[in-house]
Amino acid sequence: MIWASAALMVWAFGWWVNVRLANGPMSENAGVKVLIPAIFGLTLVIVWEFLVVGFEVNPVILPAPSAIVTRLLAEGPRLWADFHQTIIKGAMTGYVVGGLAALGIAILADRSAFLTRGILPVGSFMAALPIVGIAPIFVKWFGSDWESKAAVVAVMVFFPILVNTVAGLRDTTVMQRDLMRTYGAGYWPTLFKLRLPAAMPFMFNGLKIATTLALIGAIVAEFFGSPTVGMGFRISTSFGQLALDMVWAEIVIAALAGSAFYGLMTLIETRVTFWHPSQR
Amino acid sequence: MKSVLPVMTVVGAVLLFWLVAVVPMNMHLVADQAQRDGVSVVPETPVERQAYSGIGLSLRNLHLVPRTYDFVRPRLPAPQQVAREMYATIFEKKITSKRSLVYHGWVTLAPTLLGFFIGTGLGILLAVGIVYSRVMDRSVMPWAIVSQTIPILALAPMVIVVLGAMGIQGLFPKSLIAAYLSFFPVVVGMVKGLRSPDAIQLDLLRTYHASNRQGFWALRLPASTPYLFASLKIGISASLIGTIVAELPTGAKAGFGARMLVGDQYGQPLVSWAALFAAALTAAALVGLFSVMERVTLRRMGMRTA
Repeated sequence: MIWASAALMVWAFGWWVNVRLANGPMSENAGVKVLIPAIFGLTLVIVWEFLVVGFEVNPVILPAPSAIVTRLLAEGPRLWADFHQTIIKGAMTGYVVGGLAALGIAILADRSAFLTRGILPVGSFMAALPIVGIAPIFVKWFGSDWESKAAVVAVMVFFPILVNTVAGLRDTTVMQRDLMRTYGAGYWPTLFKLRLPAAMPFMFNGLKIATTLALIGAIVAEFFGSPTVGMGFRISTSFGQLALDMVWAEIVIAALAGSAFYGLMTLIETRVTFWHPSQR
Repeated sequence: MKSVLPVMTVVGAVLLFWLVAVVPMNMHLVADQAQRDGVSVVPETPVERQAYSGIGLSLRNLHLVPRTYDFVRPRLPAPQQVAREMYATIFEKKITSKRSLVYHGWVTLAPTLLGFFIGTGLGILLAVGIVYSRVMDRSVMPWAIVSQTIPILALAPMVIVVLGAMGIQGLFPKSLIAAYLSFFPVVVGMVKGLRSPDAIQLDLLRTYHASNRQGFWALRLPASTPYLFASLKIGISASLIGTIVAELPTGAKAGFGARMLVGDQYGQPLVSWAALFAAALTAAALVGLFSVMERVTLRRMGMRTA
C-alpha cells in the first residue's frame, strides 16, 4: 500500500509541476517544451516501477523498469548483434531497395498520364493492405537469413513511397513547366531541375511513413524463421524462456531505432526541402 | 469514372507479371514431380537441375509449362488457383465450418471492429482533452507523435501471450491491439482537425459570446470531420493489420493470420494465399466503406472531400 500511495504521490507531483510549467510564464521556452513531456514520461516510468515493486507483480508478466535497464546495460554486445542483423541488414537494405524501385517505377509511370491515373488508386489501395502477411511466404522463398526480411520490407515500403512520388511528380504548375520549355530544357533537365525537387516534400512524406513499416516488416518476418540472431528472434525466444526483461530491452531498442530512423528522415527533409513553406 | 481504364490496365499488368512469374518459380518442383511421373525432363537428375535458374530450366522444358499452372503445392500459385481456393472456401463451405474463410474472417473482423471503436472513442476524447487543456497538450501530444514512429505492431503477438498467461483470452487481447493501433492516428488527426478553424472564425464566435461548449459543437467538431474520416481510414486498416499480425505467430487456431500460418506450416500454400487475399479484400472493403461514408457525410455537410 505504501508503494501504491508513493506512486500516486509521484504522479500528482509530476502533474502539478507540469501544470505550473505549462501555464507559467516560461511555457513558450524551447527547453520547457522538451521538459514537460520528459517529466510526464519519467513520472510514468516511476509509477510503473513503484507499482511493480509494491504489488510484487510477477516479472514473467511485467518486469520493473530497473530490471529492463539492467538488462540493457548487461546485454550490450548481444543487443548490438541483434540490431545489426535486423535493422541494418534487414530493414535498411529493404528500405533502400524498395525506395529505389518505387522511385524508378514512379519516374517511368510519370511519362504517361494514363499510367499515372492507374497507379495512384491501385498504389494507395495496396498501401492499406496487410502486406505483412507475405512474411511467411517470403521466408520460405528467400531462406531464413536477412535477405527474406529485406524482401518483405522492400514490398512493404514500396507502395507508400510510390504513391507519394507519383503524386509529387504531378505537383508542378503549367506555368513552371512552360518556363522550363522557354529555357529550352528537355525531359531530363526538367525532371532533375524542376519536377524531382518539387516532388521532394511528397517523397519525404512517403519515406517517413515507410520508416516504421520497415522496422515492423523486419521484426515480424523474423518470427517465421531466422538465424539465431535478430530482434524478432530474440523477442520470441526470450519470451519462450520467460525472460521478459530481455523482451522489453529489445522493445526499447526497437522504439529508439524507430524514432531515430524517423528523426533522421525528418532531418534530411529539412535540409533538402528548405524552400518549402512547411519548413520555413 | 475516367480512371477505370487506367486502373484496369495497371491491375492487368500486375496479373500478367504474376502469370509469367508462375512458370520459373515452380519449374524445379514441377520438374521433380514430372520425373517421378515418368515424363522426360532435361537435365535428368535433380542435382543437375539445381545448377539451372528457374528461367533456364523453363526454356529447356517448355512441355512442362502447363503443369506449373496446376501444381498441387506450388511455391507461387497461379491466380486462378488462388481464385478457385477462395471461391471454394468462401461460398462452398458452410459458414460454421472450420475451413470456411467466412468463419475465419469473422474471427478476425470481430476483435478488429470492437478494438477500432474503443480506440477511436478514446482517441477522440483524448484529442478533445488535448485541445482544451494546455497541460495535456504539452505533456501527452509529443508522446502521441513519437509513438507513431515505434514499431508496436511487431510486438502484438507478445501482448496476446502475456494476456493469455494472465488468464485473459478470446476477443479482448486482440481488440486491445486493434484499439491501440487505431488510437494514435485518431488522436493526431482529431487534434489537427479540432484546431483547423481559423482564428477569424474563433474570434467571430467570441464576439457572439459563445461558450467553449457551444464553440466545440458549432465550430470545432464540424470542422474536424474531414480529418476524422482521414484518421478513421488509417485507423481501420491499422486495426485489421494489428489483429492479423497478432494471430500470426502465437498459434491462434482461427482467423486470417492463423490461416496464413497453417498453410505455411502444413505445406498448403493455397490456404495461405487465399487467406492473404481474403484479408486484403476485407481491408479494402472496410476502407471503401469509410470512403463512402466520408463522401456522403461531407456532401450533406456542404464540404468537399479533403
